[in-house]
Amino acid sequence: MQIKEIQDEIVDEFSMFDDWMQRYEYMIELGKSLPLINEKFKTDDNIIKGCQSKVWVHAELEEDKLVFTADSDAIITKGIIAILIRAFSNQRPQDIIDADTQFIDEIGLKEHLSPTRANGLVSMIKQLKLYAIAYQTQLN
Amino acid sequence: MIDVTKIRKDFPILKREVNGKPLVYLDNAATSQTPQQVIDVIVDYYQNYNANIHRGVHALSQEATDKYEVARQKIQKHFNAKNSYEIIFTSGTTHSINIVANGFTTLLEKGDEILVSAMEHHSNIVPWQMLAERTGAVLKVIPMNLEGELKMDVYAELLSNKTKLVFCNHISNALGTINPIEIIIDKAHAVGAAVLIDGAQAAPHVKADMQKLDVDFYTASAHKMCGPTGEGMLYGKEEWLNKLPPYQGGGEMIAEVTFEKTTYADLPHKFEAGTPNICGGIAFGAALDYMNAIGFEAIAAYEHELLEYATQELLKIEGLKIYGTAKNKTSVISFKIEGLHPYDIGSILDKLGVAVRTGHHCAQPIMDFYKIPGTVRASFSFYNTMDEVDALVAAVVRAKGMLE
Repeated sequence: MQIKEIQDEIVDEFSMFDDWMQRYEYMIELGKSLPLINEKFKTDDNIIKGCQSKVWVHAELEEDKLVFTADSDAIITKGIIAILIRAFSNQRPQDIIDADTQFIDEIGLKEHLSPTRANGLVSMIKQLKLYAIAYQTQLN
Repeated sequence: MIDVTKIRKDFPILKREVNGKPLVYLDNAATSQTPQQVIDVIVDYYQNYNANIHRGVHALSQEATDKYEVARQKIQKHFNAKNSYEIIFTSGTTHSINIVANGFTTLLEKGDEILVSAMEHHSNIVPWQMLAERTGAVLKVIPMNLEGELKMDVYAELLSNKTKLVFCNHISNALGTINPIEIIIDKAHAVGAAVLIDGAQAAPHVKADMQKLDVDFYTASAHKMCGPTGEGMLYGKEEWLNKLPPYQGGGEMIAEVTFEKTTYADLPHKFEAGTPNICGGIAFGAALDYMNAIGFEAIAAYEHELLEYATQELLKIEGLKIYGTAKNKTSVISFKIEGLHPYDIGSILDKLGVAVRTGHHCAQPIMDFYKIPGTVRASFSFYNTMDEVDALVAAVVRAKGMLE
């Protein structure tokens, strides 16, 4: 599936929730249930330092697609990571570079992407794109 | 006694809702809210007498200059400085500290020692580290115990005739500890060291008396005491301010300028280069008027009640631990719940309309000391209510239920 299609799917899912409570509970569930990253990749090199929660990101090229794994020490952050991974992982680098993150706003999680340095998410998205640019250069 | 219902009417922002819930503002240690009386002064300035000061001969400039200097006198009186020119207007505590740290570059030699407390905000660590790097001076740390109190016996041992400077906050922003600054100052003076006390967190809660403390430097930020952001003050003893070189060059701070040589203006203008935050200075004075009308003793007594009640109620939550349990502390509660990340709790609290700070509170060494990633910090002001304490506790319980 294309990134945009996945994003639309996520927006659809979230539109079923009536209030923030349900959205947060869903994210907490996502955060708790998903094994997101191999422990050996949770190194200091892979850490993105937000002001408060730590985020680890690892990227690997599988054929022409980029596969991301990630984790965080905060559960809500981890839930959002799960959503981002779903949207951006296993995609061609160029598509990742071109994709926008508007859907985060549409599912009512905008505050987590505000540049308050409160979490590593803004940096994480930047890092996903940087990996994509690096691997795209390799593919060229 | 505080009439909190009446006081709350002075703060327009306290009427607003956040995420559909009434705002419960418990992030006062980060910034305090602004009463209408201060907002009116800000509006009045821009509506009626906005002008540059200390230069113009026209009426508006005179008026603005007068009000700005009256504000300086209000600050002098509030902090009981001997002279009004010992009060330097700055953009806030960080700026104040940097003036002193920069100034000491010329006064320190390699091997001199500077002491800093273990519970400082980054703004009272980094400028001194930079000073140490510039001069070859050695930075030593006064340790603290698990309750978040400075180990005064170790402090006494660290002091020697090599010690040139000691800096410490009056009250810790992350833990709420009120430090025994009288003793810290006296002991430092006994070995001939100068002392800077960071009063950013203390100024909203206690009235510090510069002459009685005999402190060399003291700092405060207006926005933590019902005033505007981007405004603060540095108190410095006249003899020290005369010894320090200017921090920034520019207009206002000069006496005479030729391309060969510039002579500097007298205090306080020597440290006030460029057009200052005129409106901010005047509003700072108005904020002090506002708080003094309520009375600092009444404020401290009421905030202590809030602290006691909130501490008692929060500790009823299973797994909740409070960091900073000094006997002498102000209305700041830093806590963590076992197994839960502060960021997660803070995010849910926000959804419930409760504004707290989460994270390391710009005091990473403290978090490293306790080996935690951060805390949730609720900080209370005299306009908070017991009902708001209940709202905080209920919100924390709810967040805990969702996250576990």
